[in-house]
Amino acid sequence: MSTESLRIVWIYPDLLSTYGDRGNALILARRARQRGMPVEVLEVRSDERLPATADIYLVGGGEDGPQALGAQRLIADGGLHRAVAQGSVVFGVCAGYQLLGMSFFAKGVQCRGLELLDLQSDRGPSRAVGELAGEIDPRLGLPALTGFENHGGRTHLGPEVSPLARVTAGVGNDGATEGAWRGKLLGTYSHGPALARNPALADLLLRWATGAHQLPPLDDTWSDRLRNERRAAVAAARA
Amino acid sequence: MPLRAKVASSVSRTAAALSRAAGRGDGSVIGGWIGLKIDPDLLAHLSAGRAIALVSGTNGKTTTTRLTAAAVGVLGRVATNSFGANMPTGHTSALAKAGSTPYAVLEVDEHYLAQVLEATEPHVVALLNLSRDQLDRAKEVAMMAQLWRAALVRHTDVRVVANADDPMVVWAATPPADPARGINPPHVTWFSAGQRWHDDSWVCPECGSTIQRSGGQWWCTGCPLRRPEPQWVVEDEGVLDPTGAWHKVSLQLPGKVNLGNAATALAVAAEFGVRPVDAVSRLGIVTSVAGRYAQVDKDGRNIRLLLAKNPASWLEAFDMADEAPTLLSINARDPDGLDTSWLFDVDFAPLRGRQVLITGDRAYDLAVRLDVNDVPFQHVRTFDDAIRSVPPGRLEVIANYTAFQDIRAELDRVN
Repeated sequence: MSTESLRIVWIYPDLLSTYGDRGNALILARRARQRGMPVEVLEVRSDERLPATADIYLVGGGEDGPQALGAQRLIADGGLHRAVAQGSVVFGVCAGYQLLGMSFFAKGVQCRGLELLDLQSDRGPSRAVGELAGEIDPRLGLPALTGFENHGGRTHLGPEVSPLARVTAGVGNDGATEGAWRGKLLGTYSHGPALARNPALADLLLRWATGAHQLPPLDDTWSDRLRNERRAAVAAARA
Repeated sequence: MPLRAKVASSVSRTAAALSRAAGRGDGSVIGGWIGLKIDPDLLAHLSAGRAIALVSGTNGKTTTTRLTAAAVGVLGRVATNSFGANMPTGHTSALAKAGSTPYAVLEVDEHYLAQVLEATEPHVVALLNLSRDQLDRAKEVAMMAQLWRAALVRHTDVRVVANADDPMVVWAATPPADPARGINPPHVTWFSAGQRWHDDSWVCPECGSTIQRSGGQWWCTGCPLRRPEPQWVVEDEGVLDPTGAWHKVSLQLPGKVNLGNAATALAVAAEFGVRPVDAVSRLGIVTSVAGRYAQVDKDGRNIRLLLAKNPASWLEAFDMADEAPTLLSINARDPDGLDTSWLFDVDFAPLRGRQVLITGDRAYDLAVRLDVNDVPFQHVRTFDDAIRSVPPGRLEVIANYTAFQDIRAELDRVN
């Protein structure tokens, strides 16, 4: 963690903010402040240099054009690669998850990714739209993943990354696994404000960023109710 | 009208009347659906011989259509789909029901604009705005702008009335001309209605560069796309027309956004030859539109209904609402879009300091959002619980589409 305060960078909200992506920055900042940590949230637009010294970087979802443009600019900028080399946390969502990999497809063309995660994405036979749920990798010690997905991609994981979760509803990477993680880098197809439904995942990112083994618990009454309701809705849809 | 079209039109009217009589709906869709089954070209047949205006965009369509119909009404009878049934079935119903009228003003779902342009051959089309809305099934914003643009290239004879403040609309309304192939740019009249929501137009649709904004102006940093000079402008409590004359606009509808809608209506009516000075007083007769802005007195509470379907319209609703107890209701059924992520695109901070109640199918999504936003709230199960939880006086209700319809049903389908 940088010395003064926890620094969270929201990468390119002008390109990669299709649907509520701001939520992840708001949720991380709030949960840190509730634990008494001073927080600074920086929104870095695509015509600005990316600071390489922040603690957490958020890469959100986007349409094909902005996704391809965002990847190009992040590669040219180099700031995210320097940050990762220094041990920063990166959380990628949907298009932002895909572009952390080796390659992805946008507008029918294969594009170079940031090559930070060993995975590649192509187009699936149909668009995956709906509730997404999964059992998270037990090594991360988190409760089940819940979210909403809306993407046309299929993602193939290489040996250097682990799946974030085993899919119990929805598609995720390929209908079997969902998301990926390695070190302090984590990506998911659970789009938009993914942390709203997964406060324990938010706390994992905060623990990674601060080095804390444990964080004081917070009142998560409303997110617990939301999680239970979504779990029931997924079960009812299956029955 | 060909015989087949006459039969279809008559059956369509009957079905609509039956639907209303059976209490199954307002009949604004079913009649058109049946009519189009009998004669697929019915909409084109019903449009022939009428001077038509289409109104499309993400937000404000229904209200602007109602205001425009009132303004064009200076000239004669106007057919209009005033219940917000804005797809070809709704247009067919509305025209069949109205019988022969010299004018029609039709609200058009933005996805259907190309199809309806083709079928109705309108005199003028009004393009209001484009922003994110139900992305789990709707087209993304840039794709929508591209569809509009492609449709306008095929109809360069139509007169366009478009919002100068929305870069996506400006780009859509100015397709490249190709005089060698007989493609001329459409004639565009620009209006300025302001735009509170900017998050879908930071990137130039033409070249991908950043769009800059300052003092009401906007321009692309990488290509010539920039805000055109508007001919119709909202100023104070009125509208400046292209001659520079200012007209006081006294609406019964709240908010600056409706002054913008009034400016649009006057601009569209002017394309039919209506002078703003003749039309402006007629705008004041519009009170509520399909329940939007309706006020109902119940148990000592004055309940006002505001519809907010997407981030841009929530920002406008907060601007319209009084500093009074406020009920927010959110569903995520098919017509709303199944995804509630957009709640995080809305800053609910303006509600701090008001008594906030929440309800609806997806109240918990809203609860988490308000919690993160530091807006205290109380969860209620039913609309009656909400009424009992607030003191006598104004209760503002802001709801998304099906939640709004549910509450409207509780209030005897108030219009």
